[in-house]
Amino acid sequence: MGLYRVVAVVSLKKGLKDPEAETIQKDLVLRHGYSAVKEVRVGKQLTFLVEAESPEEAISYVKEMCDKLMIYNPVIHELYVTLHA
Amino acid sequence: MPKIAILKFPGTNCDEDVLRSLKEVDSGVKAEIVWHKDFRVGGGWDAVIVPGGFSYGDWLRAGAIAARSRAMRELAEATTRGVPVLGICNGFQILVEAGLLKGAFLPNESGRFICRWVRLRIDNPKGPWLSLTRSGDELHMPVAHGEGRYYIEERDYESVVSSSPILRYLPSDNPNGSSYNIAGIGTEDGYVLGLMPHPERAVNSLLAPRGFKPGGEVIFKSVLHSLKPGW
Repeated sequence: MGLYRVVAVVSLKKGLKDPEAETIQKDLVLRHGYSAVKEVRVGKQLTFLVEAESPEEAISYVKEMCDKLMIYNPVIHELYVTLHA
Repeated sequence: MPKIAILKFPGTNCDEDVLRSLKEVDSGVKAEIVWHKDFRVGGGWDAVIVPGGFSYGDWLRAGAIAARSRAMRELAEATTRGVPVLGICNGFQILVEAGLLKGAFLPNESGRFICRWVRLRIDNPKGPWLSLTRSGDELHMPVAHGEGRYYIEERDYESVVSSSPILRYLPSDNPNGSSYNIAGIGTEDGYVLGLMPHPERAVNSLLAPRGFKPGGEVIFKSVLHSLKPGW
Protein backbone atom coordinates (compact mmCIF):
# COMPACT_ATOMS: atom_id res chain seq x y z
CA MET A 1 0.00 0.00 0.00
CA GLY A 2 1.14 3.48 -0.80
CA LEU A 3 -0.25 6.98 -0.86
CA TYR A 4 -0.73 8.57 -4.26
CA ARG A 5 -1.73 12.10 -5.10
CA VAL A 6 -4.25 11.93 -7.95
CA VAL A 7 -5.32 15.04 -9.83
CA ALA A 8 -8.70 15.33 -11.53
CA VAL A 9 -9.35 18.26 -13.85
CA VAL A 10 -12.91 19.07 -14.87
CA SER A 11 -13.30 21.38 -17.84
CA LEU A 12 -16.01 22.24 -20.33
CA LYS A 13 -16.29 20.03 -23.39
CA LYS A 14 -15.00 21.41 -26.67
CA GLY A 15 -17.73 23.28 -28.48
CA LEU A 16 -19.31 24.69 -25.34
CA LYS A 17 -18.76 28.39 -24.95
CA ASP A 18 -16.29 29.07 -22.13
CA PRO A 19 -16.50 32.85 -21.58
CA GLU A 20 -13.87 32.96 -18.84
CA ALA A 21 -11.30 31.20 -21.01
CA GLU A 22 -12.16 33.37 -24.02
CA THR A 23 -11.66 36.52 -21.99
CA ILE A 24 -8.34 35.30 -20.60
CA GLN A 25 -7.11 34.50 -24.08
CA LYS A 26 -8.38 37.62 -25.81
CA ASP A 27 -7.82 40.27 -23.15
CA LEU A 28 -4.79 38.92 -21.35
CA VAL A 29 -2.77 36.36 -23.30
CA LEU A 30 -3.06 37.74 -26.84
CA ARG A 31 -3.14 41.38 -25.75
CA HIS A 32 0.27 40.88 -24.21
CA GLY A 33 1.70 39.33 -27.32
CA TYR A 34 1.64 35.61 -26.49
CA SER A 35 0.36 34.86 -29.95
CA ALA A 36 1.61 31.26 -29.92
CA VAL A 37 -1.31 30.43 -27.59
CA LYS A 38 -4.09 29.17 -29.82
CA GLU A 39 -6.63 28.21 -27.19
CA VAL A 40 -7.26 28.66 -23.48
CA ARG A 41 -9.55 26.43 -21.43
CA VAL A 42 -10.51 26.88 -17.82
CA GLY A 43 -11.29 24.05 -15.45
CA LYS A 44 -11.57 23.02 -11.85
CA GLN A 45 -8.82 20.93 -10.31
CA LEU A 46 -9.38 18.49 -7.47
CA THR A 47 -6.50 16.66 -5.83
CA PHE A 48 -7.13 13.41 -3.96
CA LEU A 49 -4.64 11.71 -1.66
CA VAL A 50 -5.46 8.04 -2.20
CA GLU A 51 -4.25 4.90 -0.48
CA ALA A 52 -3.80 2.16 -3.09
CA GLU A 53 -1.66 -0.80 -4.13
CA SER A 54 -0.35 0.94 -7.22
CA PRO A 55 -0.57 4.25 -9.06
CA GLU A 56 -2.81 2.60 -11.68
CA GLU A 57 -5.21 1.45 -8.97
CA ALA A 58 -5.27 4.94 -7.43
CA ILE A 59 -6.14 6.46 -10.80
CA SER A 60 -8.90 3.99 -11.61
CA TYR A 61 -10.31 4.42 -8.09
CA VAL A 62 -10.57 8.18 -8.61
CA LYS A 63 -12.03 7.77 -12.11
CA GLU A 64 -14.74 5.48 -10.81
CA MET A 65 -15.52 7.84 -7.95
CA CYS A 66 -15.75 10.81 -10.33
CA ASP A 67 -18.23 8.85 -12.47
CA LYS A 68 -20.38 7.58 -9.62
CA LEU A 69 -20.57 10.80 -7.62
CA MET A 70 -20.80 12.92 -10.75
CA ILE A 71 -17.80 14.99 -9.74
CA TYR A 72 -18.07 15.94 -13.42
CA ASN A 73 -21.11 15.89 -15.67
CA PRO A 74 -20.30 13.94 -18.85
CA VAL A 75 -22.96 15.90 -20.76
CA ILE A 76 -20.99 19.14 -20.47
CA HIS A 77 -17.58 18.27 -19.04
CA GLU A 78 -14.37 16.50 -19.88
CA LEU A 79 -12.51 14.77 -17.11
CA TYR A 80 -8.74 14.41 -17.06
CA VAL A 81 -7.27 12.23 -14.33
CA THR A 82 -3.55 11.93 -13.79
CA LEU A 83 -1.00 11.17 -11.11
CA HIS A 84 0.52 14.21 -9.46
CA ALA A 85 4.12 14.45 -10.51
CA MET B 1 -55.98 21.07 2.79
CA PRO B 2 -53.01 19.57 0.98
CA LYS B 3 -49.68 19.48 2.78
CA ILE B 4 -46.69 21.03 1.02
CA ALA B 5 -43.07 20.55 2.05
CA ILE B 6 -40.48 23.24 1.35
CA LEU B 7 -37.20 21.36 1.38
CA LYS B 8 -34.28 23.18 2.95
CA PHE B 9 -30.59 22.37 2.53
CA PRO B 10 -27.68 24.19 4.11
CA GLY B 11 -27.48 27.35 2.01
CA THR B 12 -31.10 27.36 0.84
CA ASN B 13 -32.33 30.92 1.33
CA CYS B 14 -35.64 31.32 -0.52
CA ASP B 15 -37.62 28.95 1.72
CA GLU B 16 -39.30 31.70 3.77
CA ASP B 17 -40.29 33.58 0.60
CA VAL B 18 -41.88 30.43 -0.85
CA LEU B 19 -43.76 29.82 2.40
CA ARG B 20 -44.99 33.39 2.49
CA SER B 21 -46.07 33.24 -1.17
CA LEU B 22 -48.10 30.10 -0.58
CA LYS B 23 -49.78 31.76 2.39
CA GLU B 24 -50.46 34.88 0.36
CA VAL B 25 -52.20 32.77 -2.27
CA ASP B 26 -54.17 30.80 0.34
CA SER B 27 -53.91 31.79 3.99
CA GLY B 28 -55.13 28.36 5.08
CA VAL B 29 -52.41 26.42 3.26
CA LYS B 30 -50.55 23.74 5.18
CA ALA B 31 -46.97 24.34 4.13
CA GLU B 32 -43.85 23.72 6.15
CA ILE B 33 -40.15 24.29 5.78
CA VAL B 34 -38.54 20.86 6.20
CA TRP B 35 -34.84 20.45 6.97
CA HIS B 36 -33.33 17.97 4.51
CA LYS B 37 -32.33 15.54 7.27
CA ASP B 38 -35.95 15.36 8.44
CA PHE B 39 -37.49 14.85 5.03
CA ARG B 40 -39.14 11.44 4.51
CA VAL B 41 -41.03 10.17 1.51
CA GLY B 42 -43.66 8.79 3.87
CA GLY B 43 -44.24 12.17 5.53
CA GLY B 44 -47.65 12.57 3.93
CA TRP B 45 -46.55 15.39 1.63
CA ASP B 46 -48.89 16.14 -1.26
CA ALA B 47 -46.31 18.30 -3.03
CA VAL B 48 -42.70 19.34 -2.49
CA ILE B 49 -40.98 22.59 -3.42
CA VAL B 50 -37.18 22.79 -3.57
CA PRO B 51 -36.47 26.51 -3.22
CA GLY B 52 -33.57 28.60 -4.37
CA GLY B 53 -30.38 29.61 -2.65
CA PHE B 54 -26.84 28.32 -2.65
CA SER B 55 -27.06 24.76 -1.33
CA TYR B 56 -23.69 23.65 0.01
CA GLY B 57 -22.25 26.96 -1.13
CA ASP B 58 -22.67 25.99 -4.81
CA TRP B 59 -19.39 24.10 -4.35
CA LEU B 60 -18.31 21.75 -7.12
CA ARG B 61 -21.31 22.89 -9.20
CA ALA B 62 -24.61 24.50 -8.26
CA GLY B 63 -26.82 21.75 -6.84
CA ALA B 64 -24.29 18.94 -7.28
CA ILE B 65 -23.81 18.10 -3.60
CA ALA B 66 -27.46 18.38 -2.53
CA ALA B 67 -28.42 16.19 -5.49
CA ARG B 68 -26.47 13.30 -3.97
CA SER B 69 -28.14 13.63 -0.54
CA ARG B 70 -30.41 11.15 1.19
CA ALA B 71 -33.28 13.65 1.02
CA MET B 72 -33.02 13.70 -2.76
CA ARG B 73 -33.17 9.91 -2.91
CA GLU B 74 -36.35 10.16 -0.85
CA LEU B 75 -37.65 12.86 -3.18
CA ALA B 76 -36.91 10.72 -6.25
CA GLU B 77 -38.94 7.95 -4.62
CA ALA B 78 -41.77 10.44 -3.95
CA THR B 79 -41.88 11.36 -7.65
CA THR B 80 -42.44 7.71 -8.57
CA ARG B 81 -45.54 7.90 -6.35
CA GLY B 82 -46.84 10.90 -8.27
CA VAL B 83 -45.98 13.61 -5.75
CA PRO B 84 -45.66 16.93 -7.63
CA VAL B 85 -42.23 18.55 -7.23
CA LEU B 86 -41.25 22.12 -8.12
CA GLY B 87 -37.61 23.23 -8.22
CA ILE B 88 -36.94 26.96 -8.24
CA CYS B 89 -33.51 28.30 -9.27
CA ASN B 90 -31.03 26.34 -7.13
CA GLY B 91 -33.88 23.86 -6.59
CA PHE B 92 -34.10 23.43 -10.38
CA GLN B 93 -30.32 22.95 -10.52
CA ILE B 94 -30.61 20.26 -7.82
CA LEU B 95 -33.39 18.43 -9.70
CA VAL B 96 -31.31 18.47 -12.88
CA GLU B 97 -28.17 17.32 -11.07
CA ALA B 98 -30.19 14.52 -9.49
CA GLY B 99 -31.37 13.40 -12.93
CA LEU B 100 -35.06 14.10 -12.20
CA LEU B 101 -35.10 16.58 -15.07
CA LYS B 102 -33.14 16.58 -18.31
CA GLY B 103 -30.24 18.90 -19.09
CA ALA B 104 -27.34 20.55 -17.30
CA PHE B 105 -26.32 24.01 -16.12
CA LEU B 106 -23.35 26.11 -17.16
CA PRO B 107 -22.14 29.47 -15.86
CA ASN B 108 -23.99 32.39 -17.46
CA GLU B 109 -22.63 33.34 -20.85
CA SER B 110 -21.80 36.81 -19.55
CA GLY B 111 -19.75 35.28 -16.74
CA ARG B 112 -21.72 37.38 -14.26
CA PHE B 113 -24.41 36.87 -11.67
CA ILE B 114 -27.62 38.21 -13.19
CA CYS B 115 -30.54 39.58 -11.19
CA ARG B 116 -33.38 41.08 -13.23
CA TRP B 117 -36.97 40.60 -14.35
CA VAL B 118 -37.63 38.55 -17.48
CA ARG B 119 -40.60 37.62 -19.64
CA LEU B 120 -41.41 33.94 -20.14
CA ARG B 121 -43.68 32.12 -22.56
CA ILE B 122 -45.31 28.79 -21.73
CA ASP B 123 -45.34 25.84 -24.14
CA ASN B 124 -47.29 22.62 -23.48
CA PRO B 125 -48.58 23.54 -20.02
CA LYS B 126 -49.26 20.27 -18.22
CA GLY B 127 -49.35 19.00 -14.70
CA PRO B 128 -50.25 20.55 -11.36
CA TRP B 129 -47.85 23.51 -11.43
CA LEU B 130 -49.24 24.99 -14.66
CA SER B 131 -52.85 23.81 -14.48
CA LEU B 132 -54.27 27.34 -14.55
CA THR B 133 -52.12 28.50 -17.47
CA ARG B 134 -52.56 28.15 -21.20
CA SER B 135 -50.10 27.56 -23.99
CA GLY B 136 -48.61 30.84 -25.13
CA ASP B 137 -49.31 32.65 -21.84
CA GLU B 138 -46.66 35.18 -20.89
CA LEU B 139 -45.39 35.22 -17.30
CA HIS B 140 -43.08 37.80 -15.75
CA MET B 141 -40.74 37.14 -12.84
CA PRO B 142 -37.15 37.83 -11.82
CA VAL B 143 -34.09 35.64 -12.28
CA ALA B 144 -31.14 35.75 -9.89
CA HIS B 145 -28.36 33.32 -10.72
CA GLY B 146 -24.76 32.84 -11.74
CA GLU B 147 -25.03 29.33 -13.23
CA GLY B 148 -28.26 29.56 -15.13
CA ARG B 149 -27.23 28.72 -18.68
CA TYR B 150 -29.44 25.70 -19.28
CA TYR B 151 -27.93 23.21 -21.69
CA ILE B 152 -29.67 20.29 -23.32
CA GLU B 153 -28.35 18.01 -26.05
CA GLU B 154 -30.18 18.26 -29.35
CA ARG B 155 -31.53 14.71 -29.31
CA ASP B 156 -32.84 15.16 -25.74
CA TYR B 157 -34.46 18.41 -26.79
CA GLU B 158 -36.13 16.78 -29.78
CA SER B 159 -37.57 14.15 -27.43
CA VAL B 160 -39.21 16.70 -25.11
CA VAL B 161 -40.02 19.72 -27.26
CA SER B 162 -43.51 18.68 -28.28
CA SER B 163 -44.46 16.70 -25.17
CA SER B 164 -43.07 18.34 -22.02
CA PRO B 165 -43.95 21.67 -20.45
CA ILE B 166 -41.31 24.27 -21.32
CA LEU B 167 -40.97 27.85 -20.10
CA ARG B 168 -38.90 30.00 -22.43
CA TYR B 169 -37.39 33.41 -22.08
CA LEU B 170 -38.69 35.65 -24.83
CA PRO B 171 -35.79 35.59 -27.33
CA SER B 172 -34.89 39.21 -26.57
CA ASP B 173 -34.93 38.40 -22.85
CA ASN B 174 -32.64 35.35 -22.61
CA PRO B 175 -30.36 36.56 -19.82
CA ASN B 176 -27.75 33.80 -19.72
CA GLY B 177 -27.39 32.04 -23.08
CA SER B 178 -29.66 29.08 -22.29
CA SER B 179 -30.23 26.57 -25.12
CA TYR B 180 -33.50 27.16 -26.97
CA ASN B 181 -34.19 30.06 -24.55
CA ILE B 182 -35.23 27.49 -21.93
CA ALA B 183 -35.96 28.97 -18.49
CA GLY B 184 -37.83 25.98 -17.14
CA ILE B 185 -38.76 22.46 -18.10
CA GLY B 186 -40.86 19.63 -16.74
CA THR B 187 -41.26 15.91 -17.02
CA GLU B 188 -43.64 14.73 -19.72
CA ASP B 189 -46.60 14.67 -17.30
CA GLY B 190 -45.53 17.99 -15.74
CA TYR B 191 -45.50 16.55 -12.21
CA VAL B 192 -41.87 17.54 -11.82
CA LEU B 193 -41.14 21.08 -12.96
CA GLY B 194 -38.05 23.23 -12.60
CA LEU B 195 -37.49 26.85 -13.49
CA MET B 196 -34.68 29.37 -13.00
CA PRO B 197 -36.87 32.47 -12.43
CA HIS B 198 -38.37 33.00 -8.98
CA PRO B 199 -42.18 32.79 -8.88
CA GLU B 200 -42.10 33.50 -5.13
CA ARG B 201 -40.63 36.94 -5.88
CA ALA B 202 -43.52 37.71 -8.23
CA VAL B 203 -46.75 37.03 -6.36
CA ASN B 204 -47.73 40.61 -5.72
CA SER B 205 -47.91 43.67 -7.96
CA LEU B 206 -45.95 45.65 -5.35
CA LEU B 207 -42.95 43.49 -6.25
CA ALA B 208 -43.15 44.01 -10.01
CA PRO B 209 -41.22 46.85 -11.64
CA ARG B 210 -42.85 49.10 -14.22
CA GLY B 211 -43.77 47.19 -17.37
CA PHE B 212 -43.94 43.82 -15.65
CA LYS B 213 -46.79 41.90 -14.06
CA PRO B 214 -46.37 39.51 -11.13
CA GLY B 215 -46.36 36.13 -12.91
CA GLY B 216 -45.49 33.84 -10.04
CA GLU B 217 -48.85 33.73 -8.34
CA VAL B 218 -50.45 31.50 -10.97
CA ILE B 219 -47.92 28.71 -10.29
CA PHE B 220 -48.82 28.51 -6.60
CA LYS B 221 -52.53 28.91 -7.37
CA SER B 222 -52.25 26.13 -9.93
CA VAL B 223 -50.81 23.59 -7.53
CA LEU B 224 -53.34 24.41 -4.79
CA HIS B 225 -56.12 24.17 -7.37
CA SER B 226 -54.80 20.83 -8.67
CA LEU B 227 -54.41 19.33 -5.22
CA LYS B 228 -57.88 20.37 -4.08
CA PRO B 229 -59.96 17.55 -5.56
CA GLY B 230 -60.23 14.84 -2.97
CA TRP B 231 -59.60 17.18 -0.04
